[in-house]
Amino acid sequence: MLRAVFRLTATGARSLTRSRPCYSAPLAFRCYSHGKVETDEEFDSRWVTYFSKPDLDAWELRKGMNTLIGYDLVPEPKILDSALRACRRLNDLASAIRILEAVKDKAGPHKDIYPYLIQELKPTLAELGISTPEELGIDKL
Amino acid sequence: MLRLTTGRVGSLLARRATAMVPGVMIYGGRNAHSDMSQPMYWDRADIPLPDKPYKDVLTDADKSLKQKEKGPWGQLTKEEKIALYRLSFCQTFPEMKQKTAEWKTVIGGVFFFLGFTGLVVWWQRVYVYPPRPRTFEDEWQAQQIKRMLDMRVNPIQGFSNKWDYEKGQWK
Repeated sequence: MLRAVFRLTATGARSLTRSRPCYSAPLAFRCYSHGKVETDEEFDSRWVTYFSKPDLDAWELRKGMNTLIGYDLVPEPKILDSALRACRRLNDLASAIRILEAVKDKAGPHKDIYPYLIQELKPTLAELGISTPEELGIDKL
Repeated sequence: MLRLTTGRVGSLLARRATAMVPGVMIYGGRNAHSDMSQPMYWDRADIPLPDKPYKDVLTDADKSLKQKEKGPWGQLTKEEKIALYRLSFCQTFPEMKQKTAEWKTVIGGVFFFLGFTGLVVWWQRVYVYPPRPRTFEDEWQAQQIKRMLDMRVNPIQGFSNKWDYEKGQWK
């Protein structure tokens, strides 16, 4: 029980900054006494697989997205790509835009994460025809 | 002046009664949420996709827009995309994260009640407190100090030590 108090959230380190050389993200670290530690790649691929399910329904999309946003991390572009494609399969543009807003909010004070995400997602956004909140002007009050 | 403060207090109480869940914005009127057994809509930063879309009842224009949504999204205009967003969601993230002026009401309410308490204490002092004991009078206090010095209270390091007995004054 005491260990739980000192447990560092591995997810805090799992931001996409590991793809950029200029940041040094601390290694994911959980004080388990037993049990396997899930690597960042395993986490990412698990979520990409989740959203890639061809017959994903609207509830599963919402549940997945809300759970993902509940974690202490900003999702990798590939997870978001998979989620946006799921929105396309469900014909839900509003949710796609909402997802972009949500990850921008998740980045919090780190203002350079969101532009990086958009840059990485540009091909997908162009392919699917998703406008960013900035392009629609709803990022301002 | 009094009516202003009661109004502020009244609004503070009303707000406290309805906005019990932190971080949740109650859309529409205060009576909008009546059936909590149905999926509900929230504007929450940590639940970006709520259980149901904001607008359930779609007009014909909305329905045709929804049909168009099934095609390529590149063909939708900006206004149509915004309209689709607003069908599903009430507030955008910047709108829901707006700062309110609630803190002014809170501080005002705090000061108001502090002031009221001050008035209560004042009334108590006038009508409830017993008469002040004699021992507070300056003359009594002087005589008390003289008695303590005569008794040599704490003569080594304490009270009487600080009195210069030759000169008859404090050291």
